[in-house]
Amino acid sequence: MWDYTDKVRDHFMNPRNVGEIPDADGIGEVGSLACGDALKLFLKLGPDKRITDAKFKTFGCASAIASSSALTEMVKGLTLDEAAQISNEDLADYLGGLPKEKMHCSVMGREALEAAIANYRNVPIPMAQGEVVCECFGVTDLEVRRAILESKLKSVEEITNFTKAGGGCGRCHERLEEILREERLEPKTATLPEQKRPLTNIQKIKMIEELFEREIRPALRKDGGDIELVDLDGDFVTVALRGACGTCKKSKITLKEYVEKKLREQVLGNLIVEEAR
Amino acid sequence: MAETRPVVYMDNNATTRVAPEVLAAMLPYFSELYGNPSSMHGFGGQVGRLLALAREQVANLIGATSDELIFTSCGTESDSTAILAALQAFPAKRHIVTTRVEHPAVKNLCEHLGQLTGHRHRVTQLPVDREGLLDLEQYEAALSDDTAVVSVMWANNETGVIFPVEKMARIAKNRGILFHTDAVQAAGKIPINLAESAIDFLSLSGHKMHAPKGVGVLYVRKGSPFVPLVVGGHQESGRRGGTENVSSIIGLGRACELAEERMAEENGRIRQLRDKLEDGLLNKIPNSMRNGHRAQRLPNTTSISFAYVEGEAILLHLDLFGICASSGSACTSGSLEPSHVLRAMGVPFTAAHGSVRLSLSVYNTESEVDFVIEKMPGIIAKLRDISPFWQSIPQESEV
Repeated sequence: MWDYTDKVRDHFMNPRNVGEIPDADGIGEVGSLACGDALKLFLKLGPDKRITDAKFKTFGCASAIASSSALTEMVKGLTLDEAAQISNEDLADYLGGLPKEKMHCSVMGREALEAAIANYRNVPIPMAQGEVVCECFGVTDLEVRRAILESKLKSVEEITNFTKAGGGCGRCHERLEEILREERLEPKTATLPEQKRPLTNIQKIKMIEELFEREIRPALRKDGGDIELVDLDGDFVTVALRGACGTCKKSKITLKEYVEKKLREQVLGNLIVEEAR
Repeated sequence: MAETRPVVYMDNNATTRVAPEVLAAMLPYFSELYGNPSSMHGFGGQVGRLLALAREQVANLIGATSDELIFTSCGTESDSTAILAALQAFPAKRHIVTTRVEHPAVKNLCEHLGQLTGHRHRVTQLPVDREGLLDLEQYEAALSDDTAVVSVMWANNETGVIFPVEKMARIAKNRGILFHTDAVQAAGKIPINLAESAIDFLSLSGHKMHAPKGVGVLYVRKGSPFVPLVVGGHQESGRRGGTENVSSIIGLGRACELAEERMAEENGRIRQLRDKLEDGLLNKIPNSMRNGHRAQRLPNTTSISFAYVEGEAILLHLDLFGICASSGSACTSGSLEPSHVLRAMGVPFTAAHGSVRLSLSVYNTESEVDFVIEKMPGIIAKLRDISPFWQSIPQESEV
């Protein structure tokens, strides 16, 4: 069970300012049903250009509802420029803190506010201008970069907690690592593995045959044995042991401890050697 | 902070209360009967004889013989032991067949076999249909000469949907393939007779059937190949090292006896209560739906989705009334994606995030069911009032 503060519980059970403003001056919509949370924020400005009313509708968990409720309370009486200064950390602080896995709820609140302000000013939403790095949750690099800087994030896990990026299929983790390094101004380490093209079957067969010829056959022949490559299917290498090896009780050990080991060292680390039956 | 309000416990697929009869049977082993069953003296030896009795009680519930049972620490250990043993029995075979809706104890194990065995295995995860059912033709087509083991749960923990594991085990046996089933949710709730089946391995867990946490069982059919996971002393006939968790095993034995006695009630009164609860909620709350086949299901489980609201928010509201349930929503799991079971069934995101599982036991009463039917509509209505998606969609007319 999540460890919510009393303030989160209060704003969840008794949300303030639920509803819509029909003649709102600015409306901000973020999130979606698929993402598991969504927030629609309505702002109304007075003659002095201060926010006189704010209302919300939210689909989401307790912290999403509480963050939305808190946000509407925080912005009332502010000018848009003042409201734009509210960070997700301010929102979380107002609630007495959020569990780290739920920080993205405060980020959602802040983004809805930015969207509502952009809507009023009739300008594009700044964070949406970036390149989408997380397809699952539609998060842009700008959102990720800002969260890293503002909340001093140090890992992909933290980026996910704050922005949801990387919380789905996980395909963007490498890109998130990259952004993390860029933002934290750490020089790219030289030890990064070079991107290698996967070997084709024909390349693999050629390399295996060469290794057999060069090292393995001469070694087996010393004991009166021999080996042949029968088939290659992905990483599965099927071989036949001939001569003395064919009847040797230790042939299994020879295959795994010697042949497979050599292939893994010199051809490809995940090859699996099997004996033809 | 101590709970003072009465608890309406409807989360029995997560864990169950220890039956008072079970607790009473266990207590002496924490005080006067503290001997080690392996000891040569009579003081320990008497414990050994009572362990043997517990073994028989468990065997009786599932139609096994005592020597086919290995006591473990939990269902997860039983699952790992069985699957790894089966793979070691056929070292040349590199294929496993399982389902998309398995418990993490099996699902995550299959996804990490490479690290554990040093070999790459192909894992076929059979899909399920909209009602959570498997297609047996697809199952047969998935089996190959390279298949070492099939692992399919007897009943699903989230929806309660029951799989035809006995039929599936026969098919596997005819192909020379070992068959394991995770029966953690099924054991004690529906009849199981292993004597008449071709199942090689079966896992069950004490705390899902009114015994304490920390004890499980692995059934290994006589003659099926086996390799221990926990190696140590000679306990469990050398098949699982480690001093026996005596009190819990005795408790599990008693719990199995009780389950046998209560099987009719589980499938009669409890099934009726579950149906009343489910029908009551579906009728009173628009845009709600059942997840899982209505008939081919455990008698105690219902999974219901309430569209356009989120599960964690529902659970917290229920919690204020003392009602304990669980949800397949993303937020309750700490991950950002909703339940893999509901997604495999093709439940739309709108509904998957708003799913609630209620699972009953013989300790539930009709007034508790009425209480939940009374409270739930208000909770859903309140959350829908806040939801930005609710008003914009056409609402079903009230029945």
